[in-house]
Amino acid sequence: MATKRVAICAVAQHKNDSDLWHKRFQGMLLDVLEELQAQAGFTFDEETGVNTIVSCSDDFFDARTISNNGVTDVLGAQYRGEEKMAQEGLNAVGYAQAVILSGYADLVLVMGHCKESQSESRRMISNMGFDPFYGRAVGLDNLNAAALQARAYMKKAGLTEEQLAGIVVRARQLAARNPYANAREIVEAGKVVASPQLCDPIRQLHAYPVSDGAVGMLLASEERAAEFTDKPVWIAGFANCMDSYFLGDRDLTANFALKQAAGRAYRKAGIADPRKELDLVEVMDAYAYQQPLWLEGLGLCGDGEGARFLDQGGQEKYRVNLSGGMLAGNPVIIAGLYRAAEAALQLKGEAGERQVPDLHRAVAHSTTGAAGQFHSVLILER
Amino acid sequence: MTMQEDHKDCFVLEGKMALPNQNFAGRLGSRFLIAIRDRKKIMGLKCNPCGKTFVPPREYCEKCWTKIADNWVELGTEGELVNFTVVRYGDRHLPKKPPYILGQIRLDGADTPLVHIVEGIDPRDVESGIRVKAVFAEKTTNTIMDIDHFEPV
Repeated sequence: MATKRVAICAVAQHKNDSDLWHKRFQGMLLDVLEELQAQAGFTFDEETGVNTIVSCSDDFFDARTISNNGVTDVLGAQYRGEEKMAQEGLNAVGYAQAVILSGYADLVLVMGHCKESQSESRRMISNMGFDPFYGRAVGLDNLNAAALQARAYMKKAGLTEEQLAGIVVRARQLAARNPYANAREIVEAGKVVASPQLCDPIRQLHAYPVSDGAVGMLLASEERAAEFTDKPVWIAGFANCMDSYFLGDRDLTANFALKQAAGRAYRKAGIADPRKELDLVEVMDAYAYQQPLWLEGLGLCGDGEGARFLDQGGQEKYRVNLSGGMLAGNPVIIAGLYRAAEAALQLKGEAGERQVPDLHRAVAHSTTGAAGQFHSVLILER
Repeated sequence: MTMQEDHKDCFVLEGKMALPNQNFAGRLGSRFLIAIRDRKKIMGLKCNPCGKTFVPPREYCEKCWTKIADNWVELGTEGELVNFTVVRYGDRHLPKKPPYILGQIRLDGADTPLVHIVEGIDPRDVESGIRVKAVFAEKTTNTIMDIDHFEPV
């Protein structure tokens, strides 16, 4: 029996913004749902419509436990099957694929939201992700853990301040063409280099801006995809991998989990050499240094070669983060789902001003946990 | 989805999540923290097949699944600062006022560096590779903060 395929039929993004105080996240999700229905024309009919929804949200940012329970009505999930992805939203796509491949459902709606602006400090929220005795007590959070990784990686790869600034400048230039991006203002390299140190060596402009957003997609079985789109994007492979919890247990520059996740996803997609078989790459770069580090992990250049890869034009060759990436602003729990949405739009040929030609296969990446504890890799094909 | 909306008569409700709770330290964690609190000793757990000594404590070696819960070894209270950052932002969850140094310290006899605060050196002068020693706290909090900080030897 031939392996069945799963298609992404429709994609909708809410514009990212630094403080959507005047918008409930329920309202943001409803906008996304209406847009998806307008595109794909699906219903919630018991026989022929969507009856399985996978949501993604963060309880601490929403300030309510089991945060999915408060939004089911605007997901179309009331009276239907609903499950929540607690990891980053790209994993909701992987989960939805498994639901369809198992034969349990032939249509799945994936819906994610997060308003980072609702918290006094997103760093304080990430501190709660650490062990209360050994990590939380010393004030570890996602930023200072990343700063430890940044210093180690800059040393290993010879990554310079100028290169970091170049990553940020490029991200903003690309984001200016993305109507859904948050930080769309052009910045000069000098301004990046002169921006204050937030947590050495991470400067203010090396970090993604506080962001609110929502994003969704409709997935369908191969048999039904044509009912909803004439431009399906196929899932060719998905995999993830978890690394050790304690920072000291890990080599912070080795990309162990990402290499594992990428290797498994490539095998599923039949990719022997990612350097020759990928046309577009979207990585979840919360901080500038992470872009070359994750590109190493995806196997697009060798270990410790990320800095040289930048100078050799690797970002253009592999069309890295044409959306502006996470550096242009997506909330943390769905930044990878946004990566998949952007990769899918490019493959559909619906990426507007940021569209590039001749695309066949793309990769979307996401990470959850401090300094890249957990990584997920999704391969999409036209 | 990018249109301007009317904000008239819109308001936000301020909230605060404050949820008193407990965390069991674990049998190994309790022993580890009591050794610091009462004897000023830092203990690790060694996996003999891997030759690797872990801190904080855990029951199994993550690499080879050998049960290491009884194989305590005493680590030094000094070690090498192998990596660091300077925290320059202020947040309520931080135990110190910025700027301060947060480092990864590989204690003598351990393989896995411990994250902790480094004081007694200017953030402008700190560099990886320096030797540091534990300064134990006068008051216990029953966490790793029973080591108040590390400082240059």
